[in-house]
Amino acid sequence: MQIGTVVGTVVSTQKHRKLEGAKLLLVQPQGPDGAPRGGPLLAIDSVGAGIGERVLVVIEGKAAGDALGRKAAPVDAAIVGIIDEIDLENGGRNPAAGPEGASS
Amino acid sequence: MQLAEVIGTVVASIKDANMTGTTLLVIQPLGVDSKPVGKSLVAVDAAGAGVGERVFFVRGREAAYPFYPVEVPTDAAIIGIVDSVDVG
Repeated sequence: MQIGTVVGTVVSTQKHRKLEGAKLLLVQPQGPDGAPRGGPLLAIDSVGAGIGERVLVVIEGKAAGDALGRKAAPVDAAIVGIIDEIDLENGGRNPAAGPEGASS
Repeated sequence: MQLAEVIGTVVASIKDANMTGTTLLVIQPLGVDSKPVGKSLVAVDAAGAGVGERVFFVRGREAAYPFYPVEVPTDAAIIGIVDSVDVG
């Protein structure tokens, strides 16, 4: 799983029927230290995440389908958890960024 | 499967219902020389590993198999703790 921050919401009225009712969020992947990794991606939200929250993202089709609760859904990424905190061995303690800590 | 070192822990109170009770660890994949290779990631622990331990993990849909029949939505799972590695 990857760590990321929710940076936006995506609304799509016309979409594949397996995606009906699914909440789509724009997530910026990042390292445990908070540094951005690559470009933002679209993920299904199964836990009720919001903008500015640090989340756990699975980037794999089967896992994303499981999170959505639908078989053979055309998805490849899903938010499966909201991170409270990350403790790193090297002493870096990283409280999850709340909405007030969002940079965008 | 790949070698990795557990470098941290993740706490997430709100998560997918099928992940309840799982332990989430930050791991850094390692090469045969035990040097970091690639990017760190978060994995579900299926081996009872802890921070500082050398482990091996599986990626992809197979990562959910240790928890079968529960369909845990994960793409990485720690499935063993490494005692030793010999490189010929």
